[in-house]
Amino acid sequence: MTKNFYMGKYDVIVVGAGHAGCEAALSSARLGLNTLVFSINLESIAMMACNPSVGATGKAHLVREIDALGGEMGINIDKASIQSRMLNTAKGPAVHSLRMQADKHLYHTEMKKVLERQENLDIKQGEVVDLFIEDQTVKGVITRTGAFYETKAVILATGTFLKGRIFLGEWSYEGGPSGLSASLELSDNLKKHGLSLRRFKTGTPARVDGKTLNYEKMQEQPGDEETIPFSFTNDNLHKSRVSCWLTYTNKETHSVILDNINRSALYGGQIEGVGPRYCPSIEDKLVRFADKERHQLFIEPEGLDTDEVYIQGMSTSLPEDVQEKFYRTIQGLENAKIVRSAYAIEYDCINPIDLKLTLEHKNFNNLFCAGQFNGSSGYEEAAAQGLMAGINAALKIKEQDPFIIDRSEGYIGVLIDDLVTKGTNEPYRIMTSRAEYRLILRQDNADLRLTEKGYEIGLINDERYKKFVYKKDKINEEMDRIKSTYIVPKEINPFLEKYNSSPVNNRVTLLELLKRPEITYSALSEIDKNRPELDIRIGEQIEIQIKYSGYIGKQMAQVEKFKKLEKRQLSSDLDYTKIEGLRIEAQQKLNTFKPLSVGQASRISGVSPADINVLLINLERERRKKEG
Amino acid sequence: MEDTIVAVATAPGEAGIGIIRISGEKSLSIINDIFVSKSKKKLSQIDDRRLIYGHIVEKETIIDEVLVAYMKAPHTYTKEDVVEINCHGGMISIRRILELLLKSGAQLAEKGEFTKRAFLNGRIDLSQAEAVIDLISSKTDKGFDVAINQLEGNLSETIQKIREKLLEIIAHLTVTIEYPDEDIEEITYDNLSMQLMAIINETQQLINTAETGKIIREGLRTVIIGKPNVGKSSLLNALLKESRAIVTEVPGTTRDLIEEMIHINGIPLKIIDTAGIRETCDLVEKIGVEKTKESFNIADVIIFILDASQMLTNDDYQIMDLLQEKKAIILFNKMDLPLKADINVVTKLLPNKKIVKASVKKGHGIRELEDTLSEMVYTGEIKQENSLLITNVRHKNLLEKAKSFLEDSMDMIERKEALDFIEIDLKNAWETLGEIIGESITEDIIDEVFSRFCLGK
Repeated sequence: MTKNFYMGKYDVIVVGAGHAGCEAALSSARLGLNTLVFSINLESIAMMACNPSVGATGKAHLVREIDALGGEMGINIDKASIQSRMLNTAKGPAVHSLRMQADKHLYHTEMKKVLERQENLDIKQGEVVDLFIEDQTVKGVITRTGAFYETKAVILATGTFLKGRIFLGEWSYEGGPSGLSASLELSDNLKKHGLSLRRFKTGTPARVDGKTLNYEKMQEQPGDEETIPFSFTNDNLHKSRVSCWLTYTNKETHSVILDNINRSALYGGQIEGVGPRYCPSIEDKLVRFADKERHQLFIEPEGLDTDEVYIQGMSTSLPEDVQEKFYRTIQGLENAKIVRSAYAIEYDCINPIDLKLTLEHKNFNNLFCAGQFNGSSGYEEAAAQGLMAGINAALKIKEQDPFIIDRSEGYIGVLIDDLVTKGTNEPYRIMTSRAEYRLILRQDNADLRLTEKGYEIGLINDERYKKFVYKKDKINEEMDRIKSTYIVPKEINPFLEKYNSSPVNNRVTLLELLKRPEITYSALSEIDKNRPELDIRIGEQIEIQIKYSGYIGKQMAQVEKFKKLEKRQLSSDLDYTKIEGLRIEAQQKLNTFKPLSVGQASRISGVSPADINVLLINLERERRKKEG
Repeated sequence: MEDTIVAVATAPGEAGIGIIRISGEKSLSIINDIFVSKSKKKLSQIDDRRLIYGHIVEKETIIDEVLVAYMKAPHTYTKEDVVEINCHGGMISIRRILELLLKSGAQLAEKGEFTKRAFLNGRIDLSQAEAVIDLISSKTDKGFDVAINQLEGNLSETIQKIREKLLEIIAHLTVTIEYPDEDIEEITYDNLSMQLMAIINETQQLINTAETGKIIREGLRTVIIGKPNVGKSSLLNALLKESRAIVTEVPGTTRDLIEEMIHINGIPLKIIDTAGIRETCDLVEKIGVEKTKESFNIADVIIFILDASQMLTNDDYQIMDLLQEKKAIILFNKMDLPLKADINVVTKLLPNKKIVKASVKKGHGIRELEDTLSEMVYTGEIKQENSLLITNVRHKNLLEKAKSFLEDSMDMIERKEALDFIEIDLKNAWETLGEIIGESITEDIIDEVFSRFCLGK
């Protein structure tokens, strides 16, 4: 380190300014810590390296939760949104999912602006090549240009940059996403310090000049008429301004691809990394689902001030000449000009079971990790971890209790617990079916679930909190009113008849009426004369809470059971080999995982229900011993 | 709130009386659901530590005559409310009461759970903690695994098949929920309802067989013995036909043993055929007294067949001698022919043995033999292991639970509720069925989704 020079001291240094890095840097700075965020290139701050959209199932839930906790993603996508759709509206409210098309460039510039204007936050273009670690505690970072920065904590959010390698058919080279350079030295140095790394793979389709497409041959998919913002801080959102377009592959497409399959990096054997099953390349789809005659693809605009469009569904690791050939077999793409070729990218990441639920590394104090570096995939998954890593790094430095969201409180909890407790063998994507308590963890009530917590941590300001409390009070007031407002048969029966609902003989409350599937809150306004003027989102809560109270109640009861084991904390210096009655496998697993609670312990593979009982008995024994 | 748990405190058949113990907050309300005292009053707090006479009833049908004791927390073994039911010791009575209690909301206690609660609630002191741990962890090694091993291929396979069908539906639902924009075949309520109906029926069939005890595990080891041509194979065939539940035919595990699993009045019998009954060989002559003794030793019950149309022979006396200390039924076959055998001699030689007169060929006396057999089991003359009873009840309970989840989803399908609600209860059913065979991993669903559907960018 003799050649290095001292460049200053920070509380928290964030390595990488993608979706995880931005949230990490912002939350740390907002909690009053002196924070520095590095990016290899400042033009890549909050870069959307793949699809130009935010949200969809599970992911929308994460964005709403990030927003409720005081994160930035929801606010930023609202600014950059050019089309908005609510997915799954034909299904129950738990799986309604907002999805927005983003102007990529705007998303980047808006986020960069927020970072620039954030108090306590410095931004620096530079490549971190090493960490300074002493006594298993991270104390600084070193850049490629020789600068040494002292720090109390580091958050690694390296995305796909870490030892990134790009593949286009037979051609491959070291590189990061979208033409940026990879981060090579850092990976080797992390290994030297003793972190174990592994290879994951992902890919992105080509970007095409939209002027060369024939949209008449494709099916239009416009945005919703009514647009709803992501952020709870926004009351409304501008209208959808662009459409997406739907088209399909055909026999010709398939034969071009299959004729050249041996030239694909994936099937040629060049790629060693594990790719996600839910994001297969087109050649992978053809091989695995050989009898499918056509595959659907979406054309998505990349922004308002560019002609580039994204070809969703067509990522590939085939070489450029084959790409051009098969893209042009597709209806509407006959004359398509590719402006950025599709590629596969391989990168280094850790196995997330090496992390605590706070996202701190188990073997290195004050080293926090977030995003693709942890084996996840997706902007929203990254942002959620970034936010939590930023919060927990800050809390640790301030010597406060860690902040953990459990599986019954949010998708953020499901995401992190899945990664840390169960691990993952492929880039991890959130899904609503991963959540046990889906009916409670809805995107519409994310603020009701988490704003309070965001306020306690200090990421929600007083003004926003007051607004939230007002909303909560209004919901309660309205609920009380609905419970106690009776309507007599004479008044209600004509209304019921109009909505094909069976008539009543005795007076009924509004609440009882709302339980009927055919009666909506808004329809009820016809006969509900004393209804106060209320925000549409309050009406929505009333309706959902009443209509689905049976199902919600059932899950609430399950949550209560779940919470009991979650509350039984386990000390991190417990030596499980000393606990008799535990099977050896359980002893070993528990010693490596060091779960925070009995609940977390129960989810580790290899720990049986009987082991959990033994743990409980042991906890009780220790407690009694202490009491004497 | 902790679950209210229930367990059989005595081994069934051991004595005239069986004790079923309930512990937990809901003990009192659960017992009041199924118990009617002589005075027709509900049990209440004031009945603390009194022995109340009455009946266990299910929908006004009396199940058993019982004595019930309610013990108020905290002065009980578990420091929770405890109820003890003293019923008749037979298997049927205990089993039906247990099933009723489970239906009323009690949970089957895990091994050592009463003691665990006693400890956690501070009833047992520290020095006994080791014993509690031993009790619980012994389960890890044996208990559950054994229970699974006990499942003969058939049940486990059937459940596996039902789960596969369910998984297919769940995966399809999951994919339409998670990937609303993808090009996936639409799910119709009609189709869903049809598929589900088939699954509900299959589950119901399993419950039916569970009820009559056709779920095969360790059967009662039964040896049929007698001279050549006395009618052993006819009897076996008659029993097999009656039971209509031949589940496995395992080639002998040791020597030339052939085992057949059959069911008689809800009791699984494992018929052990030494050197093959169908070969109509003379056991004593061919394999000798020692081997015959051996086959007697592994038997829980022996059916000894005599030819009523023949005089008793030396062999017969030899076997009768060996039968003295055994649980056995003497079957006089060929009663349709002129009687030559001296039945009185047999009753004198074997005074405590049940005697059945039959003509297997004509189908007479089979029913009587079956009833005699089951009576011996239910009255406790032949003992069946406690664990068997419990696994039976546990499986049935889980099957019922799975079925109720399936029916809930069916209701939702009929009401055309949103697909994601339906998916939740189907998943619950799938997981519950998995509990029976010891499999329940959510990741399976996600694997199924990605292997069956082509998704993503």
